[in-house]
Amino acid sequence: MTRTLGRIALVLGLPAILLVTWWFASAGSTSFYQPPLETIVKVFPDTWTAARFKSDVVPSLIRLFIGYGLALVVGIGLGVLIGANRRLRSLLEPILEFLRAIPPPVLVPILILIAGIGNPTKVLVIVVGGVWPVLLNTVEGVRGVDDVLSDTCRSYKIHGWLRIRTFILRAASPQIVVGARQALSICIIMMVIGELLGATDGLGYTVVEFQRGFQIPEMWSGVFVLGLLGVLLSLAFTLVERRVLNWYHGARAAERSGH
Amino acid sequence: MLEISSLRKTYGGQGREVEAIGNITLTVADGQFACVVGPSGCGKTTLLRCLGGLLTPTSGEVRVNGQVVTGPPDGLAIVFQEYGRSLFPWLRVGENIELPLKSKGLPRAERQQIVTDSLKAVGLADAGKAYPWQLSGGMQQRVAIARAIAFQPKVMLMDEPFAAVDAQTRADLEDLVRTVWKRFGMTMLFVTHDIDEAVYLGQRVVMLSSSPTHVMENLDIDLPDDRDQLKTRSDARFVELRTHVYARIQEAKGANGQSPVPTAP
Repeated sequence: MTRTLGRIALVLGLPAILLVTWWFASAGSTSFYQPPLETIVKVFPDTWTAARFKSDVVPSLIRLFIGYGLALVVGIGLGVLIGANRRLRSLLEPILEFLRAIPPPVLVPILILIAGIGNPTKVLVIVVGGVWPVLLNTVEGVRGVDDVLSDTCRSYKIHGWLRIRTFILRAASPQIVVGARQALSICIIMMVIGELLGATDGLGYTVVEFQRGFQIPEMWSGVFVLGLLGVLLSLAFTLVERRVLNWYHGARAAERSGH
Repeated sequence: MLEISSLRKTYGGQGREVEAIGNITLTVADGQFACVVGPSGCGKTTLLRCLGGLLTPTSGEVRVNGQVVTGPPDGLAIVFQEYGRSLFPWLRVGENIELPLKSKGLPRAERQQIVTDSLKAVGLADAGKAYPWQLSGGMQQRVAIARAIAFQPKVMLMDEPFAAVDAQTRADLEDLVRTVWKRFGMTMLFVTHDIDEAVYLGQRVVMLSSSPTHVMENLDIDLPDDRDQLKTRSDARFVELRTHVYARIQEAKGANGQSPVPTAP
């Protein structure tokens, strides 16, 4: 019990200290661009109403989930294909390294030129940003599967989809999860960037609108919402990861204790 | 039935060919328990991988149950040395045993029955829900044996399965393998570097030379069928047989140019 409390105190301690510091340091601020934290907190409930959530937060989230989902499907799918095939790997690796090295935001203007400024483009922007870490980590994970397990599959005639599902994907899952976590934060960034250019709704759009309308406390509150969203999604990710990689952490712990 | 005729395996590469197996001809009759021993590095594992269809021989032929081996043959199961790497760590023990049955296309109820029976046969009736890494090394190898049994093979290959477990566990597992073999009557080929183990387990011991490997001697083990860790191992005949095998293996090592180890008195 005291242990749990201690952990909670440790997790929340620094954010609390920073907020309190900000609160008092900004208390007397007369600067237009750096309003007191108190003002930001005061405008928060009026800014982030249920109607605003429906009109701006929900569309952003839908685009994020579709884009992230597609990045995962495409990244893992291609990753398994490339990782399992040595020839394909040596053929594609230089190209993949090149494509990965391009910062995804610079692709946004190009994508807008090609695909317009509708929802599909905004989703595409998210996919283009998030697919790389998933793809490259999946390739690594699939390449590194254990030889003995591979032989076991062969001699027990575990082929095709059953093999991919119960062997390849599971064996590569620790690495895939690493890629998926990187992709999640990149996708959130790409979601905002996609909404900065030619959007009519969304979180990024809202923040920019506040800035253009000189509603500075409201703009700050939007930044808060984005930060909170990131934290919540990361928490959700950790919960999923725990389920998926339960075996991995268990096996690692057993190894360490010299089992 | 296992038939190996003029099997040869070389590993090629940049101008230097390594001949792992020179020429092996060997037949193991249906239901026979044969142990293969040889000096270290003599290509025991290479032989076993050729039998299991995991390696293609350079020349010669392997037949399992009359069929020429071109890939992993039907009705053959392998128990690997590295138990920690041959069980799927993300699957529970029961699921590990069930997986090959899924690929065989057996219905669920039948699979469950077989899993329960095989776990019982290796003395792990309660372990089905555990993960492999929650078990000791010896228990993990029992699970691997249970998985092989569940596959209902006609031929079972074991590749130094007990090399990595402690002596106590090893004795228990040896007796388990004898029990399993007697109960299910499969053809058994057991590869080991442990001479005592080979003599204790087999109806027959096949001695391999050092590389390039050929069969040096086929020795029938005329010990009573009921083996017992204490009685059999102190039996005068057992001591005679193991001394003979030991001497031959030393001879093989000497022939390879390595300094011969002084023979046991």
